[in-house]
Amino acid sequence: MILERLPATLELALVSAILAMLVGTLLGIYTAIRRDGFLANFIMSSSLIGVSLPTFLIGVLLIWLFSVELGWLPSFGRGETVQVGFWSTGLLTVSGLKSLVLPAITLGLYQMTLIMRLVRAEMLEILRQDFIRFARARGLSERVVYFGHALKNTLVPVITVAGLQLGAIVAFAIITETVFQWPGVGLMFINAVFFVDIPVMSAYLLLVGTLFVVINLIVDLLYLAIDPRIRDGQLKRQNS
Amino acid sequence: MSGEKSLMSRFGESDFFYSFKRSPVTLVSFAVVLLLILLAVFADLVAPTNPFDVGSLNLMNGFTPPMQPNAFTGEVFFLGTDDQGRDLLSAIIFGLRVSLFVGLTAVVFAMVLGVSLGLWAGYRGGWVDSLIMRAADIQVTFPSILIAMLIFGIARGLLPPSMRDELAISVLIISIGLSEWVPFARTVRGTTLVEKEKEYVQAARLIGLGSGQIMLRHILPNVLSPVLVIATITLALAIIAEATLSFLGVGAPPTEPSLGTLIRIGQDFLFSGEWWILIFPAATLLALALSVNLLGDWLRDTLNPRLK
Repeated sequence: MILERLPATLELALVSAILAMLVGTLLGIYTAIRRDGFLANFIMSSSLIGVSLPTFLIGVLLIWLFSVELGWLPSFGRGETVQVGFWSTGLLTVSGLKSLVLPAITLGLYQMTLIMRLVRAEMLEILRQDFIRFARARGLSERVVYFGHALKNTLVPVITVAGLQLGAIVAFAIITETVFQWPGVGLMFINAVFFVDIPVMSAYLLLVGTLFVVINLIVDLLYLAIDPRIRDGQLKRQNS
Repeated sequence: MSGEKSLMSRFGESDFFYSFKRSPVTLVSFAVVLLLILLAVFADLVAPTNPFDVGSLNLMNGFTPPMQPNAFTGEVFFLGTDDQGRDLLSAIIFGLRVSLFVGLTAVVFAMVLGVSLGLWAGYRGGWVDSLIMRAADIQVTFPSILIAMLIFGIARGLLPPSMRDELAISVLIISIGLSEWVPFARTVRGTTLVEKEKEYVQAARLIGLGSGQIMLRHILPNVLSPVLVIATITLALAIIAEATLSFLGVGAPPTEPSLGTLIRIGQDFLFSGEWWILIFPAATLLALALSVNLLGDWLRDTLNPRLK
């Protein structure tokens, strides 16, 4: 039963995580560079609303706007799915992709604002440092300075938080799946809570626990890929 | 009498009050929170009708749009009515009462639990410290809403079905409280570790006070100021958590609808065009959560500039 429903949840979680990371990082960089710009201030203030809006409210409001008022996107279900082995995917059909848009935005928005605020704070910190001034003095273009030098140095804390947030995405998927009637494991869990179905609840928790461990492992491995100091074992040598 | 007055004027001249006066955002959000709290406290007096009095409901009044006379009875409702002709404004005010009550008591519960565990862990150290803090570490890995849902589910399983609705509110408070105690415990433990090495604690120990008295009378007052900030931020989280659980249908029972329950009901009528049943409770919830969040941010910046 879980195996049958797991692909739906994982697809949703992955798409919204990627969405949150990409858009969040870009917006964070933008608001850090144009610190006092009008648009940047506007984005910052709306991000506060984004933090205060409960996930389910975002979903309901999106449904109201895009499904009921405008009628552009479907409001529930996964659309048509294609069976690839045991994995039923909604990513290959038009209706599947269309049904994915609203849930993914709903799920990703909170994480997006968090990542954006974090990237902004880190960027502001790093842009003050000497090596950025040297990079500018060397005549490097703004793009190289921002993306090559500054962004690279913000990534370690961002990856840490994003990894933890990926776990949160799996948990918040329960809410999103309920709002959009998405046939994933979260919906199954909430039904289990409602009908006091202890075996299903414990199976779900075991699954989520395993997912968290795997995610944390991946995050630790990513440190190695991003930060050469850790890769060379320099820290270890310094400590001994 | 004079002591009280000098306290008031001291408050009026403090940096705290100055920064409060100078921040329009804070003033507005404080006003919103105050207004909503007053509405909730005096719900019986303020609300035009009692939404729980089934006798006063008129089914003919169902689905009245806001500010328009009903097609059959000609009655006008400020925010419209729901499917059973219930006045939405009254339902929101009473829902606000449930939401705020659950939020506040859950925070107080989390605060008492977290502060005492943190104090104990920090003062005692050793295995008590390790045990409590490892438990906190484990819990922090899971998002709090999941923990709250889990505790709620287990409690439902343990209670006999007939008592579930009656005790739903208490179960809700306990499960949200249990899911939010970690930040309190961590902060208090950290400050306690610093405080317990100071001379006044050594002096208290020298004159022979017991450790319970030292913890409560001497260390506790000195570790409380960050607790206030955490409590405000947690309040916003608790209100949202309560609304989320109620929205999912596992929180407040239908007999005592909170804002989340009202939003869940409203969602059902979204597709048939009765938008007001959803939008007004949602806007109230947003105003409440946003204002509390803004107040919390301001408190953090003012009381503890280092954290900024």
